[in-house]
Amino acid sequence: MSEQLNAQPVRRRLIPFRIVAEPRIEDLPKWYPFVLSVGAVIVALLIGAIVLAIGGGNPWRAYAHIARASFGSIGVFSDTIVKAIPLIFVGLACSVAFRMKLWNIGAEGQFYMGAFGASAVVLLPILPATAPTWLFIITMIVAGLLMGAIYGFIPGILKARFNVNEVISTLMLNYIAVAWNNYFIFAVWTEGGFQMSKMFPQNAWLPRLTDFGSEIPFFRGLTTHFGLVIALVAVVIVWFIMYKSKWGYEIRLIGDNPKAATYAGIPIKRHMVYVMMLSGALAGLAGMSEISGVVHRLQGAISPGYGFTGIIVAWLAKLNPFAVILVSVLFGGLILAGREIQPSGVPKMIQGVILVCLIASDYLIRYKVRIIKESTVD
Amino acid sequence: MNGEVDFTSPFLKKFFIKRGAMDPKNQGLENELVIKMRHIEKRFPGVLANDNVDFNLIKGEIHALLGENGAGKSTLMNILAGLYKADKGSIFVEGKRVSFNSPKDAIAAGIGMVHQHFMLVPSQTVTENILLGLNEPRFIMNLSDYDKKIVELGEKFGLPVDPKAKIWQLSVGEQQRVEILKMLYRGANVLILDEPTAVLAPVEIDILFNTLRNMVSLGKSVIFISHKLHEVQSIADRLTVLRKGKITAEGVEAAGKSRADLAKLMVGRDVIFNFEKEAHNPGKTILEVKDLHCFNDKGLKALNGVSLEVCSGEIVGLAGVAGNGQRELADALTGLRKCEQGSVVIHGDETTNKSAKTSIKKGVSHIPEDRTHVGTAPNLSVTDNVIMKSYNNKPISNGWVLNTVEAEKNARELKEAYEIVVPSIDTPVRLLSGGNLQRVILAREISAAPSLMIAMQPTRGLDVGAIEGVQRLILAQKKTGAGILLISEELEELIALSDRIYVMYEGEIMGQVTNGDIDAIGLMMTGTRMEEIQEAGVTHE
Repeated sequence: MSEQLNAQPVRRRLIPFRIVAEPRIEDLPKWYPFVLSVGAVIVALLIGAIVLAIGGGNPWRAYAHIARASFGSIGVFSDTIVKAIPLIFVGLACSVAFRMKLWNIGAEGQFYMGAFGASAVVLLPILPATAPTWLFIITMIVAGLLMGAIYGFIPGILKARFNVNEVISTLMLNYIAVAWNNYFIFAVWTEGGFQMSKMFPQNAWLPRLTDFGSEIPFFRGLTTHFGLVIALVAVVIVWFIMYKSKWGYEIRLIGDNPKAATYAGIPIKRHMVYVMMLSGALAGLAGMSEISGVVHRLQGAISPGYGFTGIIVAWLAKLNPFAVILVSVLFGGLILAGREIQPSGVPKMIQGVILVCLIASDYLIRYKVRIIKESTVD
Repeated sequence: MNGEVDFTSPFLKKFFIKRGAMDPKNQGLENELVIKMRHIEKRFPGVLANDNVDFNLIKGEIHALLGENGAGKSTLMNILAGLYKADKGSIFVEGKRVSFNSPKDAIAAGIGMVHQHFMLVPSQTVTENILLGLNEPRFIMNLSDYDKKIVELGEKFGLPVDPKAKIWQLSVGEQQRVEILKMLYRGANVLILDEPTAVLAPVEIDILFNTLRNMVSLGKSVIFISHKLHEVQSIADRLTVLRKGKITAEGVEAAGKSRADLAKLMVGRDVIFNFEKEAHNPGKTILEVKDLHCFNDKGLKALNGVSLEVCSGEIVGLAGVAGNGQRELADALTGLRKCEQGSVVIHGDETTNKSAKTSIKKGVSHIPEDRTHVGTAPNLSVTDNVIMKSYNNKPISNGWVLNTVEAEKNARELKEAYEIVVPSIDTPVRLLSGGNLQRVILAREISAAPSLMIAMQPTRGLDVGAIEGVQRLILAQKKTGAGILLISEELEELIALSDRIYVMYEGEIMGQVTNGDIDAIGLMMTGTRMEEIQEAGVTHE
């Protein structure tokens, strides 16, 4: 035993200092996590720069290009926002569920079901093609919410009743949702054999800024649609539910200590179902806004994995509804710039590095790191 | 290679114990002192946990460290055991200055700490747990040699264990033995025990004390953290008292101090041990339990036909050794556990197997045994924790909207009224000390103005001053006309507070005493029925 114990001090001699991590037991100032996240993004960009430089590229030019391609002008920024809108919805969806430690991996499937619900309004049809836009918007919102909620209800009730792991059930339901949509675009609502439905009538589209281009020339060509307003309203509502309502208090209590929640008389199983439904409904809204705001028809591949990116967005936003907006815009920009620069590759790499750095930075929230000079002690 | 590090080896000394300044003035005493801590200062946000603390441990003594909760005794010992780093001050082990960066460093210097909460792997054997973290055996798991070694070590120090037993099969007392053996196996010469008796039954406490005496006779030194005065008097050679992070008595002989003296040093004022009890004048029946049966979490019978009554304006004690169904009874009464048979009637309404919410609405307060896992949500703020039972009521909430302004006002008021020491009401309660956490729970449960209070171990783990405060709050509840069911393992507390005492044994009520006859309670706690006692005429009266 002594030989092994000897090994340590000898090794310490070689390095004159040591890095020591102590678990934090004190309260952190409120700004600390925010500053830490910004720091992590900066570190990630530096790491990305090194990789770019090794690859023979000029990192600063690449970054400048990314920035220009996503935030450089009002036009591209508008496109960034368009990408950010579904991310805000799914980010909210995931943060609501994660707050209660329900790991909803099924935002993607709920997104598809929301898109299906919104399409059904036009294609079933629930409303005649001549119905006014405001009626279309409201009906489509309700349909998207409803379909998403139903799709969240399934894993919720399975977990509450039979203790089915929601990670597995939501993940599997994603495939079913895609197949469900495919059935309708291939077989039922196909337009002349193409794997897509017919284009929605104009009054079923969410209004875009460009639609007002004739009155306000500045808006001409801007594709940002009414979904942004719905998303921002959703942010405020989710924030209110989480921090200003009894229900939110119950969710936070269950998420932090289910035993204490039971002791406080809160029926946890019922809340599991409710929260999964809320989460599904929000993800369903993402599908709805994408369908009626961008795609304007039901087709395959409407989501480049928004539901999964939403998981990342929720984590990075630390489940804070307002931070979800910021993170979504950042990720929207990266998605957009990705198309601009390279089909895949650099922007994906940067996304990955940012994610790793942000998750790693969590360590600094839980631990205090100090550097101790061995020589002063010895 | 018997697992003990030989500190006389100059080679080891060179690496383990860093050179430090010797104090030439105390050269004489120096040789005897195995641990010397000087001017230790440790600051946590808002609290100075240790303020210029000195501590001396003589080789071969049992040294008690006394103090209220939050007095800084655990902090001081965590510094000695390498878990925390002191902001200022120095530690000397056998005269050599040391600096610990981790518990590993401390154990290498011969200092081992047994924590209040055991750090054992339930599914592994005793031997596996003891070897855990050591790089032995090297590759092949030939544990039988180690089994033998561990049995030998246990015999030497009077710590008999079955090395092949899995931890989950062991009683709490046996698990503690494993923890102590773990430290001895790693070569600890100084053993720090953090409130070792808190989890033990009286018989196990005696066994532990014999073990400790045996260990010091073999040259080990023991630091015994406690706030149970009678235990300290029966086991300690010398004692050090801390109050609010400062030393109030350092290394005094334990024999020469009376309990009242010690209590004074700890709390800084005279503690009243006997309360003026109000006359027992019970009102109408609030709680009526009839023939209650239920199972525990492992599916074993926990309650076997329990019947009892609690009236308004009385404190009813429930005595018994831990694990005889008390927790299950408390859970069943508060709607947290389903019963198989029998009935619970509160205020004349049957509440058997109704939800916890029903019991809260009926005005039942519940002080749970487990403060951190049941009683509070650790990452939520004080504000959020104190509204756990009242968030459904006005003015904390209105309809479905939570009134955060009112919630904060409520938290500030309770913080004042119940003297919760916390930097701010936004602080997550996981950062609170045990006593303050209990105050948060009490503030919540009492402010609900209950008509029935089920208090389980409300003073466990608290210091003398806090215990008195809690007991006064309970007595005050009696005055307001509430009925109180006090479930406790502290007989003194039960006798001091209760108007009558039921005794529970293996899920059954053995009987009740109204005159505080401690002998009868003791007999019933070990499974004798009241009728049998009366037949044998063992009682005092």
